[in-house]
Amino acid sequence: MKLLSRKTTCNSHGQDSSYFLGWQEYEKNAYDEVLNPTGIIQMGLAENQLSFDLLESWLAKNPEAVGFKRDGESIFREMALFQDYHGLPIFKNALAEFMAEIRGNKVRFDPNKLVLTAGATSANETLMFCLAEPGEAFLLPTPYYPGFDRDLKWRTGVEIVPIQCSSSNSFQITESALEKAYRLAQKRKLKVKGVLITNPSNPLGTTMNLIELNLLISFVAAKGIHLISDEIYSGTVFNSPGFISITEALMDRNLHGSEVSNRVHIVYSLSKDLGLPGFRVGAIYSNNDTVVAAATKMSSFGLVSSQTQYLLSAMLSDKNFTSNYATENQKRLKKRHDMLVSGLQEAGIGCLKSNAGLFCWVDMRHLLSSKTFGAEKELWKKMLYQVGLNISPGSSCHCTEPGWFRVCFANMSEETLNHSMQRIKDFVDSTTDVVSRRHRLVVRNSRRRSSHDRDSER
Amino acid sequence: MGFSLSDQHQLLSKIANNDGHGENSSYFDGWKAYDSNPFHPIQNPNGVIQMGLAENQLCFDLIQEWIKRNPKASICTAEGVGEFKDIAIFQDYHGLPDFRNAVANFMGRVRGGRVTFDPDRIVMSGGATGAHELISFCLADPGDAFLVPTPYYPGFDRDLRWRTGVQLLPVICESSNDFKITKAALEAAYEKAQEANIKVKGLLITNPSNPLGTTLDRETLKSLVSFINEKSIHLICDEIYAATVFSQPKFISISEIILEEDMECNPNLIHIVYSLSKDMGFPGFRVGIVYSYNDEVVKIARKMSSFGLVSTQTQHLIASMLLDDDFVESFIGESAKRLETRHKVFTWGLSQVGIGCLKSNAGLFVWMDLRRLLKESTVEAEMELWRAIIKDVKLNVSPGSSFHCLEPGWFRVCFANMDDETMEVALRRIRAFVFQGKEVEAPVKNKRWRNNLRLSFSLKFDEGVMTPRMMSPHSPIPHSPLVRART
Repeated sequence: MKLLSRKTTCNSHGQDSSYFLGWQEYEKNAYDEVLNPTGIIQMGLAENQLSFDLLESWLAKNPEAVGFKRDGESIFREMALFQDYHGLPIFKNALAEFMAEIRGNKVRFDPNKLVLTAGATSANETLMFCLAEPGEAFLLPTPYYPGFDRDLKWRTGVEIVPIQCSSSNSFQITESALEKAYRLAQKRKLKVKGVLITNPSNPLGTTMNLIELNLLISFVAAKGIHLISDEIYSGTVFNSPGFISITEALMDRNLHGSEVSNRVHIVYSLSKDLGLPGFRVGAIYSNNDTVVAAATKMSSFGLVSSQTQYLLSAMLSDKNFTSNYATENQKRLKKRHDMLVSGLQEAGIGCLKSNAGLFCWVDMRHLLSSKTFGAEKELWKKMLYQVGLNISPGSSCHCTEPGWFRVCFANMSEETLNHSMQRIKDFVDSTTDVVSRRHRLVVRNSRRRSSHDRDSER
Repeated sequence: MGFSLSDQHQLLSKIANNDGHGENSSYFDGWKAYDSNPFHPIQNPNGVIQMGLAENQLCFDLIQEWIKRNPKASICTAEGVGEFKDIAIFQDYHGLPDFRNAVANFMGRVRGGRVTFDPDRIVMSGGATGAHELISFCLADPGDAFLVPTPYYPGFDRDLRWRTGVQLLPVICESSNDFKITKAALEAAYEKAQEANIKVKGLLITNPSNPLGTTLDRETLKSLVSFINEKSIHLICDEIYAATVFSQPKFISISEIILEEDMECNPNLIHIVYSLSKDMGFPGFRVGIVYSYNDEVVKIARKMSSFGLVSTQTQHLIASMLLDDDFVESFIGESAKRLETRHKVFTWGLSQVGIGCLKSNAGLFVWMDLRRLLKESTVEAEMELWRAIIKDVKLNVSPGSSFHCLEPGWFRVCFANMDDETMEVALRRIRAFVFQGKEVEAPVKNKRWRNNLRLSFSLKFDEGVMTPRMMSPHSPIPHSPLVRART
């Protein structure tokens, strides 16, 4: 008799993909400015390391919160015993207000509709367990975060059917792409239970405009299915156009409290906006009471440590801190983003115009030996082993066009970022010929025009 | 706008709609009685005393003392903040190396240093709750089954079955032999599964036992290992109460048994579930561990642990604490001593009024025998008695039927989640209730019974209100404010 479950032997954990393999190579030969200057620079990790000084200074100024005291008395015992799966009320209140603040307070969130989970990883899986049966499907626009293959499918048995987006319109979601995906699911005899979007997008780094959001709302309304909006990067929007949350879009159409709003669920986390992935703070927000009730019970399998809830409730309740953090963090992200974009430009490499996220969606199509994924893999390996940069190939994000790469910019020092830009430039120079050089000039000049073009499309 | 119930049902998954979470059974929400009228020595001396909660609250003074002396253990203090960034960004599902070392070290010391644990086999999970679900996902497919001796922790019904689709089949244990697990009972359960065409993938044991408070003897453990080896099925050993053993016989872990020379065992079948919720009293920190002797399981479980990693803030604190060998040794010793005292006081108090308990040497509770107080030997009579205990004696205890005990009349009563004074109040109330209207009899020295102690009581209670909540994590009532520990 087979000893282990089918889940252990299948590949749905997705960890054999290049996304994870690149990480492994980095682990084996990690760059260090002093100790290993020829090592691999990690640019495949969407982490926000730019604003820890702000967090640390808050800690220094708040000894009571930090010492787990209240009015001089230790609350350690109370904290150690707290395992209520509804979560710490002051933490949920603070989190709900923080989420509203990120959305410019144009929307309010009810803490009673928040479910705390062990990271967005757990939130996404939990929503699948709540909304779909094994064998049913969710539609996801491509390219998408590689981890979704594990989080949404592995233990749940749910399928992902791609909504194919293309560079021809900056990867925006179109009605025809939605319908095509739906039909594809039907052809595969898969019952579609919903659409899952990431807004701001990973890996694109773009925010959705009202047209796209309305398209999605109309689509799920017509089909009677769910809409999950993964908004874990909502606090990383550093440039216009601003962020429009799905909640805002619903309100805009007077659909707040309607039947369709009962099928819209938001996933949030503090891993990207606050740079605290180790603390495993995720959340589901839903207007659907049954979903909230079921997800709350399921959160038993991955609650947020009470120690962390206590600390962050104090931190997020400090409104001066959160507003200052948001502004400063966004400033720093923009600076880094601009550094990466101009550095790549120098090497004749363009990016998708983006206004959010911790990464750029980089266009290396012109560096491929052929317009194939085989060539993309070749280029990826060169970047990893020759240039020493771990960047994420578009195929690992299920992009339908070869040659795009996600490159992160917020998880290293400025010096390291500059160094990586130099390495790319050297690589391009070394492989350059007249055609490439001409292409670089074209890229540099077109950038001045492209921003104008993209705005008119949106 | 109203949405019909059937619309809702169509909208969500079967799992979201079904009762697999176990909280809607006829035993839901007994906490309401406690929560709406919680005991407080000064503010509410006539309130309900919570004895349905298996928490270890006896040693927080020791922990707090250690924390004061070790500010570096927190990444938020001035002494520790230098590590804040590195800890906050660390999300490797292998866990902090120090954390794994510390937990492995602690597990070894709890077993008296008789075995060592390999830090590389330590896999994190969201509490033991998460660990059980995780191991279930690893070892079984939907429709497969685990055998589990009764009585057992009610949370298993949710943890091992709800989202996994795995079944739990009881191995019946009886009071006639102190609820020992017999080979006959194991074989009977296995046969029954075969006849029903259900594939048995493993046996789940809790040692020390919840709710019995007993530890398994060497002979039983060896026979279990032989059984699972013979059938080539897994053995999941929940050892979350390992450090709560306070008297003889001493604790024997499965990790010791498989090392024995004459013990033929395929290590690929052996898995341990551990947690710091009971031994240290840290249920809020969600530190669950899966420890498997099967390399494949370790690999896959580690990937699955992404769904319930331990907060690195907590990993860091625990690592510092549990790598302090002096502290660990003194904590384990002192905790056991305090549990023993508490257990003695409580069982003595009960025996004084003719109430006996299963002889136990571990756990945070006793398995109380109230069979003679039942009108008749039925589950209904047990529930009647239980409601009366809550209403008239004002103690929230847990009826045996919710632990799938086949013999009515047993109750689990927790004793480690309150201070000494509250314990005294509880015993006084029990005394008063037992002797109400009767002559005071000489106290019994053992578990023998007086038939004239059968009680009658009126049943004015709210329908559907009183049911036990004994699972972790738990919630007093939906949307209730934080329930502070009241002692």
